[in-house]
Amino acid sequence: MQLNGAQIIMECLLEQGVDTIFGYPGGTIIGVYDELYRYQDKIKHILTSHEQGAAHAADGYARSTGKVGVCFATSGPGATNLTTGIATAYMDSSPVLFLSCNVGETLIGKDAFQEVDITGITMPITKFNFIVRNIEELADAIREGFAVAKSGRPGPVFIDILNHIIPQTTEFEALPKEEHANHGRLKSLIGRASDDRKPPTPDMDDIDKLIDMINASEKPLLICGGGVVRGRAHEEFNEFANKLDAPVAITLMGGGGFRGVNPLTTGMIGMHGSQASNMACDDCDLLIAVGCRFSNRVALNPETFARKAKIVQIDIDRSEINKNVKTDHHIVGDAKKVLQLLLERFEQKDHTPWKEYVFSFPTETSYETASDRLTPKQISDTIAKMLPQDTIVATDVGQHQMWAAQHLHYDYPGQLITSGGFGTMGFGLGAAIGAKLGNPDKTVIHITGDGCFTMNSHEMATEKFYDIPVITFVYNNGALGMVRQWQTLTKDKRYSQTDLGRGLDFVKLADAYGLKGKRCTNVAELEEAITEALECGHGYVIDCTIGKDEMVRPMVNGGNDITDFLTL
Amino acid sequence: MGEKKRHTLAVLVDNEAGVLSQVSRMFSRKGYNIESLAVGTTDTPTISRITIEVMADDDQIELLSNQLRKLIPVHSLKVMNMDNAIRRELVLFKVKASSSEARNSIIQIANIFRAQIVDVSIGALTLAMIGEEPKIEAIEKILEEFEVMELVKTGIVALERGLETIYDNTKEKGEFNYGKNVL
Repeated sequence: MQLNGAQIIMECLLEQGVDTIFGYPGGTIIGVYDELYRYQDKIKHILTSHEQGAAHAADGYARSTGKVGVCFATSGPGATNLTTGIATAYMDSSPVLFLSCNVGETLIGKDAFQEVDITGITMPITKFNFIVRNIEELADAIREGFAVAKSGRPGPVFIDILNHIIPQTTEFEALPKEEHANHGRLKSLIGRASDDRKPPTPDMDDIDKLIDMINASEKPLLICGGGVVRGRAHEEFNEFANKLDAPVAITLMGGGGFRGVNPLTTGMIGMHGSQASNMACDDCDLLIAVGCRFSNRVALNPETFARKAKIVQIDIDRSEINKNVKTDHHIVGDAKKVLQLLLERFEQKDHTPWKEYVFSFPTETSYETASDRLTPKQISDTIAKMLPQDTIVATDVGQHQMWAAQHLHYDYPGQLITSGGFGTMGFGLGAAIGAKLGNPDKTVIHITGDGCFTMNSHEMATEKFYDIPVITFVYNNGALGMVRQWQTLTKDKRYSQTDLGRGLDFVKLADAYGLKGKRCTNVAELEEAITEALECGHGYVIDCTIGKDEMVRPMVNGGNDITDFLTL
Repeated sequence: MGEKKRHTLAVLVDNEAGVLSQVSRMFSRKGYNIESLAVGTTDTPTISRITIEVMADDDQIELLSNQLRKLIPVHSLKVMNMDNAIRRELVLFKVKASSSEARNSIIQIANIFRAQIVDVSIGALTLAMIGEEPKIEAIEKILEEFEVMELVKTGIVALERGLETIYDNTKEKGEFNYGKNVL
């Protein structure tokens, strides 16, 4: 069948079962959007207000569904506007296919209008990127893009298409997804060091060695990392934790990998980890980290991290082993598979004395409550009380993000969507929109702060136009709270450029976009607002006024020992 | 931190635009200066071989090679065993030869080092020599007496002695066990 470039792109998306894409058109990609017009019954395109919002939405869609998110943009500024979104997806291993068109062959390299070397720019923040210069390789490149994005440790892929090939035609043979691996470029990947489509087979000697370590351990601790979420290994992990009878510390990215409310959960670990998690980490004799790369927000001081323990790392990505923390043992493989193999090989354990010790420390911080004002804890508690437990939570970055991770509990992978690695302010609203489109039956909320919300609040226009009912909670302290907290603690309260009390009215802003909103200063008003938001069934903004000096507790300063809690 | 020493990495990659910059980026990001770099095609025209020399400790090399192995265009990578590797580079010297005595002396030196005279012009000679660093440094030092006008090195290329090749190092052959605990 003879098809042109744009038709090939559409057919390749359909092959992959894509029905929703995000993006923003422009001059060079106009031909692709022209074809999209003809395919609009099959592929729904969400036009955002800004390319960054489209990138985050595709990311949120991917994280919440486990499918590959797809995002289109035009050349030049369209493509560079994606970069923050690409880096966010890259740092959190989210499978997203980014596709842009560049100027045609006769203009490339001549600094043509809206030309930029986007593959050069995105090289360090993509799992793979590619320039398509010939129509013959277009279908192959897109198929490869999808396969690479979701295989092994997932990640974003960028495909830049020179736009002179869009109107050209070539023979296109539709292939079922399973057949792709046997054709063209994908076939040529077989056997390469970089080919991760088939996860590495765990080494049985390594499995046996870990079983010996488990049998010898009296004080084991498990870390549930982002790999459990991406690998959807939550059921196996749960079984493993129960059989091992070990406390489970959850990283920010691991949220949803292990049930938040479980007698084995010690809460979050690391900089804002609970006392129980951090004390257990310091005292355990065996630390088994599943899908966790020991970032500097978890292993604050890699030298003293779990100093009494044998550290075991289970990861699908070999290059993560020993990268941040020197381990005593490791198993390279898919979390699900490795955990299954381990589960068959040991008997039910009982670590009651160790658990009693660990759980003698608090797993949650106790915050004071007040009746005359709103505290962050009261907001979280009200959210937990009034919204369904399976509500998907997308956050931005900062204090509210930590509160969302600490106070709310997550039960399944994809329930907490947060920019953990890259820490992208402005991520949340786009991500929430993507998550809602991927999960129309679930309630989706967006937890944000006044700083983050301001960054990409224009996506309210997207929310309104497509009627995507996301409820936004703004933890509004009139400040860049997390930086302010650091300034309080380490800069003698010199609040350099962190005061945001500029009188911005989020309710009026929501109104301007056609969304309803309400300002709340106490729990009763908040409850009323949530009821109204749920009843109206459309996008809704709840502006919660909180104190400027609220802090995230506990806190351990970066680089310090994990038990070196600051007194706040 | 272990002791830093010179390591030779051989990398088989797709012979495509942009691949070299992807590979070299891995070194620059971590702040490793590439000591030597040589690129050329192999017996398969679609595959190029990059030979890179870098100063690093063993742990750093392990991390670096694992990260390089993740790049999609990388077919296979081998960290050369320095005790068992044949390492060579080609150097071209343009040396001033202002008199016939000087020319004769340079030719004599070239013979001793088994360097080839590849060009003779009035006032200058061009020598080509293949070897490892000690030999090259030695001739360089002697030729400086006559004034080296220009010098160019290809960068080290290396192969290991014996039957083993870099092709044994691919996933397909299973020799390099990617799941294996190597600690």
